[in-house]
Amino acid sequence: MLGDAFTEAFTLIVSVNPELLEILWLSIQVSLTALFFSIALGLPIGTSLAITEFPGKKACVTILNSLMGLPPVVVGLLVYLLLSRSGPLGVLGLLYTPTAMVIAQVVLITPIIAALAYQVMDDLHREYRDLFQSLGIPLTKAVPTYLWDARYSLVTSVLAGFGRAISEVGAVIIVGGNIDHLTRVMTTAIALETSKGELAIALALGIILLTLALIVNAAVTTVRTFGLRNAYV
Amino acid sequence: MKLTKTMKSIGLAMVLPLASSLAIAESIVVQSTTSTKNSGLYDYILPKVKADTGLTVNVVAVGTGQAIKNAQRCDGDVLLVHAKASEEKFVNEGYGVKRSDLMYNDFVIVGPAADPAGVGGSKDVSKSLTTIASKQALFASRGDDSGTHKAELRLWKAAGTDPKAASGAWYRETGSGMGATLNAAVGMGAYAMTDRATWTKFGNKGDFKIQVEGDKRLFNQYGVILVNKDKCPSVKSEAGQKFIDWLLSNKGQNTIASYKVSGNQLFFPNAN
Repeated sequence: MLGDAFTEAFTLIVSVNPELLEILWLSIQVSLTALFFSIALGLPIGTSLAITEFPGKKACVTILNSLMGLPPVVVGLLVYLLLSRSGPLGVLGLLYTPTAMVIAQVVLITPIIAALAYQVMDDLHREYRDLFQSLGIPLTKAVPTYLWDARYSLVTSVLAGFGRAISEVGAVIIVGGNIDHLTRVMTTAIALETSKGELAIALALGIILLTLALIVNAAVTTVRTFGLRNAYV
Repeated sequence: MKLTKTMKSIGLAMVLPLASSLAIAESIVVQSTTSTKNSGLYDYILPKVKADTGLTVNVVAVGTGQAIKNAQRCDGDVLLVHAKASEEKFVNEGYGVKRSDLMYNDFVIVGPAADPAGVGGSKDVSKSLTTIASKQALFASRGDDSGTHKAELRLWKAAGTDPKAASGAWYRETGSGMGATLNAAVGMGAYAMTDRATWTKFGNKGDFKIQVEGDKRLFNQYGVILVNKDKCPSVKSEAGQKFIDWLLSNKGQNTIASYKVSGNQLFFPNAN
């Protein structure tokens, strides 16, 4: 079976199967868009949580950390009920579109990015708060410094978010509907092939998805290594 | 600064094609049972629908029960399922305009080659189910309120057996689609009831084969319904009706009849 799957994966790749490319491209498009919005939301949330003090902060952090474990199916269901024609945002007609899938993934990965960013920023803030205060450096200047200093750790949290987004199936299959040429992505295609009993093809698609994740991670690691080396020159 | 600018433009580049994909000329959403999709029927007929009518038909394939619920929430223009009683209820409650017979095929009971309950070759589904129950041979049920699940429960009732009592023992409710249930059945050597179309196209049969078939009670009728604009103003009535008209036309019916997998016809049109 595994041998068949690798052969199948190889055939799919070398034959430049247009349908596969379409599905692969939509996966990347949806997950990167979701990642973009999740960074835009999650980074400020995590950072502001780290540098401010207020009553109930600990509870907020606990909630944020638990939201990292949001079950995708539940998120899919909530977004479905929200976007359904009979739901509060039904007039927008977004259900069964790639946009709906982006929304579901944003809900899923924003907490991951926010919680990991909080952790990184909190550590830095604890370390430098007193120094910056004694030097009279305001938070508005300290935060960019933190962000720059933590850029490589933050990239790792972004990768974690991307990994979750691109590999998730429970939410996107509900809100996207796995419609051919419209909302079919790698994970929902894998689910479909599995349900057709085409296990080798399903596994082949899994191998391709994993390869994609490997390429993305290798690229980021390269950038990181390069950056770290330069930092010590 | 430069970084945020680049990120913004990346973001835009990602969002724009998504936004444009919303403005597809004329498209409808069909809430459908899974068998019509998994059997490859849509892949075969939809390009022909597109050529004849210009319609892009987006199929959401879920179990019949879920398809009906989704349509009740107005998340589809056309319903194509196989549970006549539920379909008629859907129409009577005002959610559907009209129900039309579209095509039929039949259910079969598949099982491992070893046939532990010894029902192989039987044409009496009631007797076969009773035998499976009395021998406590494993049976994998959909358990998901789908059309096939409803049909299976009807057959158990007709056989005078309540398998629910043995749920978790020899009666295994997967709560999943037909394909997932077949995968599970093959995995644990359990009997399962499936529509013939899904079984014919199914790629993970293992040593399984059809054990029970040919009983009249295994008849499986598919129906098609336009979702009612009165309940769901967002429904694309004209486009939906155009699709239904095509399916029910001679051309549509002949196309359905001409779909074959390894020489076998999977659906038999009976619109008239």
